Amino acid sequence: MTELQPPAVDATALAARFAARAADSGDADVAYAVVDTPAGRVVAARTPTGLVRLAYEDFNGGLDRVLESLAVRLSPRIVEAPARLDDTRRELDEYFAGTRHAFDVPIDWTLTTPFARRVLQATAAIPFGQTSTYAQIAAAAGSPRGARPTGNALGSNPIPIIVPCHRVLATGGGLGGYTGGLSRKELLLGIEGVLLG
Amino acid sequence: MTREPFQRVLDRHAEDVLRFLVAGLGRHDADDAFQETFISALRAYPKLRPDSDVRAWLFTIAHRKAIDVHRGRARRAVPVESVEDRAAPADTAALDASEGHWARVRALPDRQRAVLTLRYAADLTHAEIAAVLACSEAASRRAAADGLARLREEVTA
Repeated sequence: MTELQPPAVDATALAARFAARAADSGDADVAYAVVDTPAGRVVAARTPTGLVRLAYEDFNGGLDRVLESLAVRLSPRIVEAPARLDDTRRELDEYFAGTRHAFDVPIDWTLTTPFARRVLQATAAIPFGQTSTYAQIAAAAGSPRGARPTGNALGSNPIPIIVPCHRVLATGGGLGGYTGGLSRKELLLGIEGVLLG
Repeated sequence: MTREPFQRVLDRHAEDVLRFLVAGLGRHDADDAFQETFISALRAYPKLRPDSDVRAWLFTIAHRKAIDVHRGRARRAVPVESVEDRAAPADTAALDASEGHWARVRALPDRQRAVLTLRYAADLTHAEIAAVLACSEAASRRAAADGLARLREEVTA
């Protein structure tokens, strides 16, 4: 007779409110959102310092793999808090709409080595619509060993699109490589009006 | 050892934790207790031993929050009737049929209330409940049986 049925609940809104508060208060070390872009779905993650990761979902083993990697490398205190990524989402929307040529979101470089950071900061200085080469970036970053370590640093760019490693081409004029696949590199360069030979 | 992202813990257990808290506290107090449970869990999460049972650990925290609310009510000497009144959401006319049963569960002694809400609202096994309450599995079964017997007496009385 005593039918103790579980009460009907919907925890979705409460869980989202918890995650948003935890991200705002700093109790969560990492906030993330999945963002739809014309280049596919990207996982955007930030710390209190700034944007720390932008991962092409399909190119990085999916959302779970991206989050697991962040848990290992940063902190397991990770929550989905899309509002914390509103600036990133808006700037990406504007970039893909062609109305934004430079990104303003603060960057957290924690996931890069000091050398990779120099490479990526040199890369971030390439203006919208222009390109550079691995050799030029290597020189700008002060790499004594030339283009190969620079290519590796660009290949491990944790924040593609916003740190525009797609603007770095092979020295002979070839497309080179890209962390999200070459078709994405072509797409981004096309948005920027770069004519590929 | 690194733990899985906390969001996965939230995704997997939020519904059960909320069921447990709604059953034990009523909807009004369950919302706050839910927030407090998960913020406490998030803060302690990196220190949790990797071989720990995350579900039992999480419900231990939720159980402590529920006990805090009940002690607070006792201190304020809220009569049982008004606890039951507050359990009913003002904006939801259609209560599920079991809501009245849970209101009576809320008036049971701590151990019986805890076991019945963990078992029948959150669907924990008696082995999991024993871990949450730091008691034996037999004690958990006994408390459940005693609690159910008491509810039956009240209904037939």
